[in-house]
Amino acid sequence: MTPLAGYLLVAALLFSIGLAGALTRRNAILVLIGIELMLNAANLNLIAFWRYGPHPEALTGMMFAIFSIAVAAAEAAVGLGLVIQIHRHAKTTDLDAMNRMKG
Amino acid sequence: MLWLIPAMPIIASGIISLLKQQRRILSVALAIGSLSFSLLLSLIAFAHVMIERSFLINIDSNQSVREVVNFTWIQFGTSNVDLGWVLDPLSAIMLVMVSFVGLLIFIYSVGYMKHDENYARFFCFMSLFAGAMLGVVIANSLLLLFMCWEIVGLTSYLLIGFWYQKPAAAAAAKKAFLTTRIGDIFFLLGIVWLFAQTGTLLFYNHGAGSIESTSLSVLLTQPAALGLTAAGAIGLLIFAGAAGKSGQFPLHVWLPDAMEGPTPVSALIHAATMVAAGVYLIARVYPLMAAGALAGGTTTALTVVTWVGAFTAVFAALIAVAQNDIKRILAYSTVSQLGYMMAGLGMGGVAVGIFHLITHAFFKALLFLGAGSVIHGCNEEQNVRRMGGLKSDMPLTFLTYAIGMLALCGFPLLFSGFWSKDGILEVAQHWSVAKAPFYMLVFGALLTAFYMTRQVAYVFFGHWRGGKSAHESPTVMLVPLGILAFFAITLGFIGTPAWPWFRAFLDGKAAGFAWSGFMEPGLLALMATSTVVVFLGIGLAWKLYGDRSPKPTAPDELEKAAPLAWSWLRDKFYVDELYGMTVIAFYGWWARVSNWLDRRVWGGVVAGVALLFSLGARVNRFLDTNVVDGGFDKGCEELTVGGGLLSRVQTGRVQTYLRILALAVVALAAILIWSSRA
Repeated sequence: MTPLAGYLLVAALLFSIGLAGALTRRNAILVLIGIELMLNAANLNLIAFWRYGPHPEALTGMMFAIFSIAVAAAEAAVGLGLVIQIHRHAKTTDLDAMNRMKG
Repeated sequence: MLWLIPAMPIIASGIISLLKQQRRILSVALAIGSLSFSLLLSLIAFAHVMIERSFLINIDSNQSVREVVNFTWIQFGTSNVDLGWVLDPLSAIMLVMVSFVGLLIFIYSVGYMKHDENYARFFCFMSLFAGAMLGVVIANSLLLLFMCWEIVGLTSYLLIGFWYQKPAAAAAAKKAFLTTRIGDIFFLLGIVWLFAQTGTLLFYNHGAGSIESTSLSVLLTQPAALGLTAAGAIGLLIFAGAAGKSGQFPLHVWLPDAMEGPTPVSALIHAATMVAAGVYLIARVYPLMAAGALAGGTTTALTVVTWVGAFTAVFAALIAVAQNDIKRILAYSTVSQLGYMMAGLGMGGVAVGIFHLITHAFFKALLFLGAGSVIHGCNEEQNVRRMGGLKSDMPLTFLTYAIGMLALCGFPLLFSGFWSKDGILEVAQHWSVAKAPFYMLVFGALLTAFYMTRQVAYVFFGHWRGGKSAHESPTVMLVPLGILAFFAITLGFIGTPAWPWFRAFLDGKAAGFAWSGFMEPGLLALMATSTVVVFLGIGLAWKLYGDRSPKPTAPDELEKAAPLAWSWLRDKFYVDELYGMTVIAFYGWWARVSNWLDRRVWGGVVAGVALLFSLGARVNRFLDTNVVDGGFDKGCEELTVGGGLLSRVQTGRVQTYLRILALAVVALAAILIWSSRA
């Protein structure tokens, strides 16, 4: 097994754990945590493909990952802000109770 | 200044029409004042012509007095329509005659119409008439003449139907209007033709007018149908118009019926002036009528004028013999005398015809006003057989009426009618084409003397046969009678053979007095003949009717002698009935056919089209409600249902979306893997 395949396997596991968390948890904060796990699985993939790709000397992959992490941080801030506002409004963080957008 | 003469009465008429009906004195003052002013101007114009004429005679010029004022009325393209007025001896003498006789009749009307409630309306129409008639006289353009001619026709209609409450008056007005219209259509055709040929409608325009030599030579070279030149054909068309207005056979039928109007109207319009318009028109376009005269001095147009005139003269005189209405007798007499004028124009030229026109205007106005006085005095009785013995009840009316009657009969030497009628008989005697008109006119003179004597005998002699006794008329009515009687006697002396001033005046020559004028060959014999004829007529009538006072219901003396002939004369040779059976019946039939076509054929087509459209509309409405609207409604319904269905997917639960997303990704991945394997 090549080192790349190992990294990819770890990233896939990490993604699956995040997805499972995001789909099964009813608490909005835990869903956000799941999403962060999936994002980091994607970042791990980016780094692994860069390190074992055709041009490991260029810093493009690492830069890509750093940008992705920065965007994820901003996204997490927005998500947590929304959750806090919803909690203030509805006194809950249960996602099943937040169905006012239904058609 | 000349235009003021017709303008004054027309303006007065306009003002009167704005007044209330109760403003009697003001309206009368306006009408009489304006016409007096016109008379004054006419006299000035007449004096002007006299002075110019004597000046021209002194320098021995061959020209005649003629002053024209022309202006362009309408300009379209390269052609102009010019109007204008003319002052020459013919128009000058007509101006004086029309305004003078008109003024006397206006004054007379003040008395005659005193009890009528529509006093102001009467004077409004009369003024309009007088103005339009003066316009006819001074017009130097055939178009201007035609316009005034039509106004005259209109006022004639209005005044005949003045008592429109009477059905007979309304019918007579309609008849007069329609009958003259027949002539006017021919007249208008003549005008248009003349304009097409010569490019101008002015009579005189310093050598370029339509009846001056340049235009006439053009007209003579243009052939028309039936061997006539354009000049002859246009002349005949214009004569048709004149025949309509002047009541010549066969368009005479309206004139006797026109007596339904008030008597001053009959005097002014249907005796003295309007009916003279036709004669005046022929005199005005005489150069056209006489253009291309052969050695004998006559043309086709003039020959037609002569025959129609002579026939009308006898025809109407015959009818007049058997009438019982005092005004109808005079009306047929007018038709007959107009025939004399036409014949005089046709055979002897302007001077002969117009001289009779002028003298006739005076004595016929006198007779009509006298008849009006009689009717007024006899409490609106018009049947001569219910009168009688009025010479003692109404002495002044009798006196003036007798003068008028003698003038009309042509009583020798002393009365104007004798001289003017003799002038016509003289030219008839020398006419080169045929002798028949001469004998017809002599016979007409006999009849004239006969029917006038019959009338006077019925009205003034014998004893009173009516109801309430008669009374003499007021002074305001008698004064005009006196003045007219004076002229009925004296006017003849300006045209005797010894002193032919009138003819010389119209021709622009000097007139000298010479007894030798009577010495022309055949003239004295002719005068003797006409004297004998007149005495014969008067004597015959006096023998039959004088001092007899028959009962109103008893048959007439002539009726006893020849009942069949009498019924023909009494019923006016059945001309009205003939027209009723032919022309009017045809129009009635034609109207019925048109009605049927309108209702059945055209109406059916219209109804069919309407039905078609309403059917189309029904189909349209069906399509609209069921197809278009239904489809739209259905579509909307479907959209609502569809939206409802789709909205179920939108649960609002974020994790459901995520699950679907994850499943979709898995499915996508499976497809990718499966496809790369293949």
